[in-house]
Amino acid sequence: MDDQLKNEEHTGTSRRSFLKKSSLITALALTPDPVLKAAEKGVDEQIASAIETMPLNVMINGVKQSVRIEPRVTLLDLLRERLHLTGTKKGCDHGQCGACTVHVDGERVNSCLTLALTTEGREVTTIEGLADGDNLHPMQEAFLEHDGFQCGYCTPGQIMSAVCCIREGHANTPDEVREYMSGNICRCGAYSNIVDAIMNVKQGGKKV
Amino acid sequence: MGIDKKSEPLNRVDGRAKVTGKAKYFAEFEVPGVTFCVMVTSAITRGTVATINTKTAERAPGVLAVFTHLNMPAIPGWAEQGNNSKLPSGGEKYRMLGSNKILFNGQPIALVIADTLERAQHAASLVTATYNKAEHNTDLLKNKEKAAMPPRMGDYSRGTDKDAHNTAPVKLKADYTVPVEVHNPMELAGILAFWEGGDKLTVYAKTQGVKSTQRTLASAFKIDEKNVQVHSEFVGGGFGMGLRTWPQEVAVAAAALKLKKPVKLVMTREQMFTLVGYRPYTIQHISMGATQDGQLTGIYHEATAETASYDDFTEGAVSMTRFMYACPNVTTKYRIVPLDRGVPIWMRGPGEATGAFALESAIDEMAYKVNMDPIQFRLKNFAETDPERNKPFSSNNLKEAYQLGSEKIGWAKRNPAPASMKDGEWQVGYGMSTGVFGAHRGESTCRAQLNPDGTLVLQSATSDIGPGTSTAMVQIAHEVTGLPIEKIRFELGNAAFPPSGSQGGSATVSSVGSAVFDVCTALKGILTEAGLTFDNGTVKPASGKSESLQDVLSKQNKTFFEVTKSSKGGEEQNKYSMYSFSIHFAEVRVHPATGVVRVKRVVTIADSGRIVSPKTAASQMIGGVTGGIGMALTEEGVIDHRFGRFVNNNLADYHVPVSADVPHIETIFIDKPDPYTNPMGSKGMGEIALIGFSAAVANAVYHATGKRIRELPITPDKVLSA
Repeated sequence: MDDQLKNEEHTGTSRRSFLKKSSLITALALTPDPVLKAAEKGVDEQIASAIETMPLNVMINGVKQSVRIEPRVTLLDLLRERLHLTGTKKGCDHGQCGACTVHVDGERVNSCLTLALTTEGREVTTIEGLADGDNLHPMQEAFLEHDGFQCGYCTPGQIMSAVCCIREGHANTPDEVREYMSGNICRCGAYSNIVDAIMNVKQGGKKV
Repeated sequence: MGIDKKSEPLNRVDGRAKVTGKAKYFAEFEVPGVTFCVMVTSAITRGTVATINTKTAERAPGVLAVFTHLNMPAIPGWAEQGNNSKLPSGGEKYRMLGSNKILFNGQPIALVIADTLERAQHAASLVTATYNKAEHNTDLLKNKEKAAMPPRMGDYSRGTDKDAHNTAPVKLKADYTVPVEVHNPMELAGILAFWEGGDKLTVYAKTQGVKSTQRTLASAFKIDEKNVQVHSEFVGGGFGMGLRTWPQEVAVAAAALKLKKPVKLVMTREQMFTLVGYRPYTIQHISMGATQDGQLTGIYHEATAETASYDDFTEGAVSMTRFMYACPNVTTKYRIVPLDRGVPIWMRGPGEATGAFALESAIDEMAYKVNMDPIQFRLKNFAETDPERNKPFSSNNLKEAYQLGSEKIGWAKRNPAPASMKDGEWQVGYGMSTGVFGAHRGESTCRAQLNPDGTLVLQSATSDIGPGTSTAMVQIAHEVTGLPIEKIRFELGNAAFPPSGSQGGSATVSSVGSAVFDVCTALKGILTEAGLTFDNGTVKPASGKSESLQDVLSKQNKTFFEVTKSSKGGEEQNKYSMYSFSIHFAEVRVHPATGVVRVKRVVTIADSGRIVSPKTAASQMIGGVTGGIGMALTEEGVIDHRFGRFVNNNLADYHVPVSADVPHIETIFIDKPDPYTNPMGSKGMGEIALIGFSAAVANAVYHATGKRIRELPITPDKVLSA
């Protein structure tokens, strides 16, 4: 425990010392005293946050987004906490529940397991971008009609996943749909209706 | 006066918001300047925090504060609430960050608050602690001697021959185990809190009761209830975990007050296993006696369940046994064992689901012992009136339900002998069970506002965790007023609306629906007085009158008509025994080489009065069955008792059913109005959908294999070793 503590204190402070030093270097023209005061006031944190972020350009629902983010930010948290596209849900943050499913270049991915920076130059579609204006996507219509949800929290992930399930050619039978939709958990237990909704869209033959 | 026609299946009125991602859950509201809270939790199960080092975390970028027991702002209401010395548990109260004491594994020891989520997460990883460990007890089986009678549930006994279950010609003695199960709604729990001044608190919450959250927060901070705004329009599932406002939610509000900033906590999935309740591990003993021709003579049912060292959680695990069958001698006991665990909370079906697994398994066992068909055995011991309260049932269509269900599943076509049916290499089994839950109705209030354009807005401080409350309420209002669905809006999830109870115990449609019914009826009266009437979907001048709704409103100098009505059950609740019933049929496949059990087909029948909203009601039933499949086959929170810690506290290792586990589920509604429960003639449905289902599966596994599995979940290892 002691060793661990020391290590953590060490790594925790070293970056700050480095930043303080570098801010000192860049600010050599200034008198050291105000710089130190600036550091005490946390100005070095502002410098740190500028260094720590990287640019990201990504198309989200057809809109180009240019942001600066830390490399550790997931696509899910970028969507929810920074871009306020909260239709994409966080259910586990570990890729175990599927609530965060979005499309990246047309393929379904768990956005909680996707670092946002890896989507540089790519196209992301979330539930907010699925409908054509006020006209719902056939899968959204089918979920409504078949009551393929209850609380609605897993629903955006289910719908995004369901669209790809058909696109991938994995919706030929109800059992196949069950298999290929098993990465999306619905705790309210709407599976039976979700399968009906997907089969209905598949059989309807509309482009998804 | 009630509603006498059958309801039409209606798509959810809030469905469009849910399929487009527009529905906003608590963590999704944009509050300027919001800060992010991450909890650090205890690595030990009992003892004290010896030292806690927050220095590194405090200096990490973006960190605003780290609160531990050393600097946590006082929560005035907590200091005043009494101690536990009168409870069987007798332990001290749990006061999060109120002292250095650790009462359970996963208990928060620090709150880290920063300007971004990532910074808060990183800083939380920098908090280190040392502990003084004490011995802990988390294993119910090793602490049975601590079992005590809870103050809220005494023993029950009827009949003159207490020993009938022991002396009957045919006897059954069996023990049943239900493990820890965790609600795991898909939405992570938490809260978003901010203050205006020092005495006005606003929260976006994940709660099943906006009024109860309002009361809890008002009493914690000793402020007026009306100064606590609680918003919770959409809740991403609850299943019972939202029936309390948890200590960490109060603590986040305290942190927001101290920092004078909005603070948002979204818990991790791991924390959902320890900080928002669970279905308690429960062992049950049933001793049952019957005559050779299948008449029950005595039942003894004792359940022993875990609770926390700091609370006496109690639920109705033995309730069903008291009245379900016409048995002259029945004794039930419920005991709790305080352990070093977080406190349990009701989980869908609650105790009744635990009890029904034991009782309905035992009934099936006894039916085989007396060589009777399990349905015939139930009919032979059918209780025409409630033998516990000696009252008639307000309605009971179980006999019809048994018949409809058995026809649908093809019960008579099966070979009743155990281990007699096969489908390729799979063994085939059919099982059934009964579920029952009280048809409760609480007091509820609703406000109606009729606008000049003929739209009707209804408001009540109830919640919706998914069953479709707004849809059902709009449907009731539509049936009373005749206004089209699209002209009616039901608003909920706001504590400022007229008071209603929490969404729990399958009581929302009965309680809030009655208030909607009454307020719409009152509105009709107001219109009549004003020379107006609801006519064919609009408001028109009454016969012989000429002034329109707009004319009347402007003449009366009003912008709308409004009326608020409070509604509660009357004398009939004392005259009748009110229950909602379900019958579940399951067809399973058991693989003899691997022990895998698959549910192949389900027929579930609800005798729950008149069905107010057929489409959402059917979803309730399939959802309950799906939860029941989890309870029967997959769900178990596993604790390593050496450490007092879960080993499977995530959704990869705690197996809730996925799509591949769930077959097509057929639902049947008796759909006959109950004459006494409420004006709609409805009875609750959320609990009965799950209650008993696990027994139907266990009974089907017995029929398939001849093996009686009395410990849930029925995993392959148990099938193979039985």
